[in-house]
Amino acid sequence: MNVWIAIALTAVGCYLAKLLGLLVPAGALERPLVQRLAALLPVALLAALTAQQTFGNGQQLVLDARGAGLAAAALALVLRAPFLVVVGAAVVVTAGVRALG
Amino acid sequence: MPEQTASSERLGETSETADGIPAVGEAKPDAAVIRDALGVGIAVGLSGFAFGVTSAGSGLSLLQTCALSLLVFTGASQFALVGALAAGGNPYTAAAGAFFLGVRNAFYGLRLSQLLALPRAVRPLAAHWVIDETTAVTLPQPTRRAARIGFTVTGLTLYVLWNLTTLLGALGAEALGDTDAWGLDAASPAVFLALLAPMLKSTTERITAALAVLLVLGALPMLPAGVPVLLAALAAPAVLFLMGRRKAPASERPAKDATTAEDAR
Repeated sequence: MNVWIAIALTAVGCYLAKLLGLLVPAGALERPLVQRLAALLPVALLAALTAQQTFGNGQQLVLDARGAGLAAAALALVLRAPFLVVVGAAVVVTAGVRALG
Repeated sequence: MPEQTASSERLGETSETADGIPAVGEAKPDAAVIRDALGVGIAVGLSGFAFGVTSAGSGLSLLQTCALSLLVFTGASQFALVGALAAGGNPYTAAAGAFFLGVRNAFYGLRLSQLLALPRAVRPLAAHWVIDETTAVTLPQPTRRAARIGFTVTGLTLYVLWNLTTLLGALGAEALGDTDAWGLDAASPAVFLALLAPMLKSTTERITAALAVLLVLGALPMLPAGVPVLLAALAAPAVLFLMGRRKAPASERPAKDATTAEDAR
């Protein structure tokens, strides 16, 4: 039930955010500070999510095979690999390290 | 996934005219627009497979997984939500994190609404497709016709493929059994990293990302699941505040500000 509550809230919230942009008059959200915050907020969230899902295990910090997988993904990004290759590298290296360990 | 680099100049030019006929440059053949749109739609649509696998691997049912792709339809928020739920977060903090990630779509909508000039009745339908990828394809189009074709073809291709591949991924995860043994728990953070990387253009972004990582890892052992990510979001206003104090706003990141102003017109 909790999962459905989360899904419903996310669906409604995300849809309203999308719709807001199309409906509000131009200029309403265009103060420079608002624009900058909107650009910077995903940076903070994505960085935090990456770190949490790589090093978090419940409420513990761990360094496991996912760390190696993320390093592989980072390398693929530096080499300008396509999106699917980046994700594939993380998955394959994580699985490989687990199989070896 | 998507990037909108180099799109701003052409948008700046075309938005000068009210009727969709560009002041500079010539009309782009419809076929070329459709090719652009299909390319992005197919490449990203396939990554719905990664979402389906991750979501099912996180313990969501097939129906819940498909409902997310059908109803939320903005990838980063979907990954964030299932990640937070898998970590044991309560539904409200989990949804809040996903929602904050979705807020950026409002700013895409602002830019798109001027370019597409949609009738009011169509906007509630079109809104569902206002995401990173449709924006990335639509903004650089030279004419209103090309922008509308680009938006529609990208949106349709992505919506169909994203939901189809979500279903296949969720079914595949059930067949695979222990998805962690296949390394599939690394797919979600890799998706976030791939989305983040092109955003790290200047020092401001890099400092924000670094501060967010420190905050989330520092808070993780102490706060309930889901809350550390929300706390880390404060890195954004904190860095803006500190940068604003350190330098006069006008001298800070002039290139970025110019782009923003031009895009916004």
